[in-house]
Amino acid sequence: MSNKKNWPLWEVFVRSKNGLEHRHFGSLHAADAEMALENARDVYTRRNEGVSIWVVESKHITASNPEHNGELFEPAKDKVYRHPTFYDLPDDVKHM
Amino acid sequence: MSEDQIKKMEAERSRSLEAEFEARIARDEKIEPKDWMPEKYRQTHIRQISQHAHSEIVGMLPEGNWITRAPSLRRKVALLAKVQDEAGHGLYLYSACETLGISRDELYEQLHSGKAKYSSIFNYPTVTWADIGAIGWLVDGAAIINQVPLCNTSFGPYARAMVRVCKEESFHQRQGYEIMLKLCEGTAEQKELAQDALNRWWWPSLMMFGPTDAESTHTEQSMKWKLKRKTNDELRQQFIDQTVPQAEILGLTIPDPDLKWNEERQSYDFGEINWDEFWQVVKGHGPMNKERMKARVGAWERGEWVRDAAMAHAEKQQERKAKEAV
Ligand SMILES: [Fe+2]
Ligand SMILES: [Fe+2]
Ligand SMILES: [Fe+2]
Repeated sequence: MSNKKNWPLWEVFVRSKNGLEHRHFGSLHAADAEMALENARDVYTRRNEGVSIWVVESKHITASNPEHNGELFEPAKDKVYRHPTFYDLPDDVKHM
Repeated sequence: MSEDQIKKMEAERSRSLEAEFEARIARDEKIEPKDWMPEKYRQTHIRQISQHAHSEIVGMLPEGNWITRAPSLRRKVALLAKVQDEAGHGLYLYSACETLGISRDELYEQLHSGKAKYSSIFNYPTVTWADIGAIGWLVDGAAIINQVPLCNTSFGPYARAMVRVCKEESFHQRQGYEIMLKLCEGTAEQKELAQDALNRWWWPSLMMFGPTDAESTHTEQSMKWKLKRKTNDELRQQFIDQTVPQAEILGLTIPDPDLKWNEERQSYDFGEINWDEFWQVVKGHGPMNKERMKARVGAWERGEWVRDAAMAHAEKQQERKAKEAV
């Protein structure tokens, strides 16, 4: 008898080689973490695309809402003093 | 404010949101799943991406038919790898589609109930080994032409899935062409197999680009959303122009007496496509429609106890872990 419970959704992150960060590759369904890892290997790394895989159940990810992008990200826009080009130095100053 | 005024304001707000949305796409910005989008954009994308996913999944069946009978180990591992890739393509696309708020179960349900369509080409039978060559060469070849422009489509998850798909497709086409090449270099009987497969797959492959522009209803909207960059007829012409010389190298004849190089257009003229056949197959009366759905639904149903057992096992493990932690 079916208990009508579907395999949950997992997000897959793959490190393509050492020295690089894990990057989001996509998602898949699996009954548990171990199966998610095995499926991720078959779905996303059939051609040596990775040396390390992370899987996390999608429901554990909290995402920001694009409708709040204004209040979240705009304040950074007028802080030009965070960039080196904001500071006026004579051309003779080298190595800076 | 009266109810009427509120309604008017809401309509205005959604109009301006929609104008801003279209402007973003026109500027080549990508749309991501949590962004606001018009309902029609969401529905159109669910339909197109899921149809595409279903095609990859059902597309495994005609080729799977020959895995156990591949003529050599080399051919067998290649065909296995290709069919596995198609499963992967289906999975990338289903997961892109799910970001639009539809569940995997609903998507399967739409396929299994016949509500959703998949590419009609997979409703033709694979009767000889040469069909595996013809499919890789022609069907994957046509798919590549349809898919490459989608790598730049406006919906981010779809575009990213298509980049991965397109990278993998070229091996599919080359392995198919190599099968044809070997058959054409073989005995007269083998070459005849190759010609027979071309005869049967040529016209259905041309139909993969969809109805003629005059008949196609979605083109204008699809162009705006970058679901399409060229029209059906333009893509079909591109396919014919690049495939005819490949057939010549094989020494095979394209089964179209009206096929002729047009010096002025620098393109091939070609004969009338049998659109009655196309619509018959779309409506479910192709040679293999019933068979394909029976295989697909059967596999899903026979796998149910496995899915349930895996879920029950996972839950039990979790409970055990929770108890040990106490
Ligand atoms: Fe495809
Ligand atoms: Fe594919
Ligand atoms: Fe393919």
